[in-house]
Amino acid sequence: MNVPAAWYLVLAALLFAVGAYGLLTRRSALIMFMCLELMLNAVNLTFVTFSRTLSDIAGQASVFFVMVVAAAEVTVGLGIVVSVFRRRSSTSVDDLTELKG
Amino acid sequence: MAVTYALASEAVFASAAVLILAGAVAVITVKNPVHAAISLITTLFGVAVAFVAQSADFLAAVQIIVYAGAIVVLFLFVIMFLGVDRTRVVSLEPLIGQRALAAVGVAITVAGLVALMWRSHWVTGAPSVSGHPLASGAGNVHQLGTAVFTTYLFAFEATAALLVIAVVGAVLLARREPSEEGSPS
Repeated sequence: MNVPAAWYLVLAALLFAVGAYGLLTRRSALIMFMCLELMLNAVNLTFVTFSRTLSDIAGQASVFFVMVVAAAEVTVGLGIVVSVFRRRSSTSVDDLTELKG
Repeated sequence: MAVTYALASEAVFASAAVLILAGAVAVITVKNPVHAAISLITTLFGVAVAFVAQSADFLAAVQIIVYAGAIVVLFLFVIMFLGVDRTRVVSLEPLIGQRALAAVGVAITVAGLVALMWRSHWVTGAPSVSGHPLASGAGNVHQLGTAVFTTYLFAFEATAALLVIAVVGAVLLARREPSEEGSPS
């Protein structure tokens, strides 16, 4: 038999943790997008692991759609980053204080 | 043969785990965004290795082609385009105690996930409820293609609309306004 599924799940949880910590602490919008990709990949790894455990192709189909949505999200997100950078000359999210009361 | 196969699968898992975690930690610690993007490729490659080890061959190929090939290149393109590849101060902490709070929150989340996994019977339902057992190699492509083009056909069609909307939105967002530039004609 293969490596137990729990190992992959723990690995995915650790990857999600690293991504979440980076998303919460880093200031550059670009790095925050990369941390978002890390978290999405952790979820993809979990989907594939359960797909193998349950012998169900639906998990892999879900990963396929997650990848499509991630690609669309990165495209629009980086467009927003470029648009913000034009006005602010900065990608740090701390500089976006227009809505501060 | 079975013993060597088990050892090989454990070695594959170990190398994938090292690639994934080393790349992920590097993404959130390095100062230069270009280095972070390269580290992201390391993590994505490790995830692709884990996909192959779990007989998701098509997804591993898509992982390399779409993620490492397209998304990271998009990141690098934006980094170069904006010229933000100079180093920033990572140790600066504008909110007092934010890192400690983030670490505690993440630790609680992961501990909850692992405890849930440890204590519960998480194999719900019978295996292979959707018919055939999983195959690897060309069989995996066939199975996934059949599922996507029959069961999930509506979702697949919806992704086409989503991608078109995303492309149009990105072009609109990144387009330079003609009036603001004061271009002739």
